[in-house]
Amino acid sequence: MLATGVVGGGLAVVTLRNIIHSAIAMMVCFGSLAGMYLLLGAGIVAAAQVLIYLGAISVLILFAIMLTQAGDANLPAPFHRQVWLAAVVTLVAIGLIGWVAVTTDWGAGAQAASVLLEELATTLFTDFALPFEILSLLLLAAIIGAIYLARRPEEDERVN
Amino acid sequence: MGLTGYLVVSILLFGIGAFGFLARRNAILMLICIELMLNAVNLSLVAFNAFGGQGEVTGAIFALMIMAVAAAEATVGLALVMAIIRTRQTAEVDEYSDLKE
Repeated sequence: MLATGVVGGGLAVVTLRNIIHSAIAMMVCFGSLAGMYLLLGAGIVAAAQVLIYLGAISVLILFAIMLTQAGDANLPAPFHRQVWLAAVVTLVAIGLIGWVAVTTDWGAGAQAASVLLEELATTLFTDFALPFEILSLLLLAAIIGAIYLARRPEEDERVN
Repeated sequence: MGLTGYLVVSILLFGIGAFGFLARRNAILMLICIELMLNAVNLSLVAFNAFGGQGEVTGAIFALMIMAVAAAEATVGLALVMAIIRTRQTAEVDEYSDLKE
């Protein structure tokens, strides 16, 4: 059921002609993924998925679409001319990776009950403290870069 | 559904994202497809984490960090796309052919 939501939502994203419908299919896909994280016992990842992807990135993308699309009239063809080449390449890649993933013995044990929040927090702020700090710097740089790129250019530096 | 089931879903989602990135013409949709691929990787990481043993948390931490990086990537990517659209007046990537001429 959730797997159907994930894969069907993904398929709808790449095949639907109207890009607004694609964005809504993307939200279905991300919501189903949050459900799968819950099934896997990773409640914190599911919560982050809902907050970051459903809450932030989806809204960001919807805003970008609404600022750039003129309307539903004369939608251009959605695919490049090389769509069949892309399909063949992707199917070969899926087949190879899938064959490896299915035939390999991963040595998987029983599914763990759930990710312990206490354990996760301790590991995140001891073993992974440096990556955590670097991540905050990366986010700061991304904010400044996004503001710089998205502002309207001054008259004397306008290109074209 | 065992580990293999989750991995198959993850691989299918990654393939769909890669196909959309290669085949669609809209710049914003290409960004959405990158998000799909990142989510597929997250799903496989969390699945490996859940079946890797009791009390294991590294996979979940990796997934959280990938989410933060994906948020930064989406912000900067969308800002770039908006800047390009403002000067070119179109979101179709095959119209961006100035260097060819």
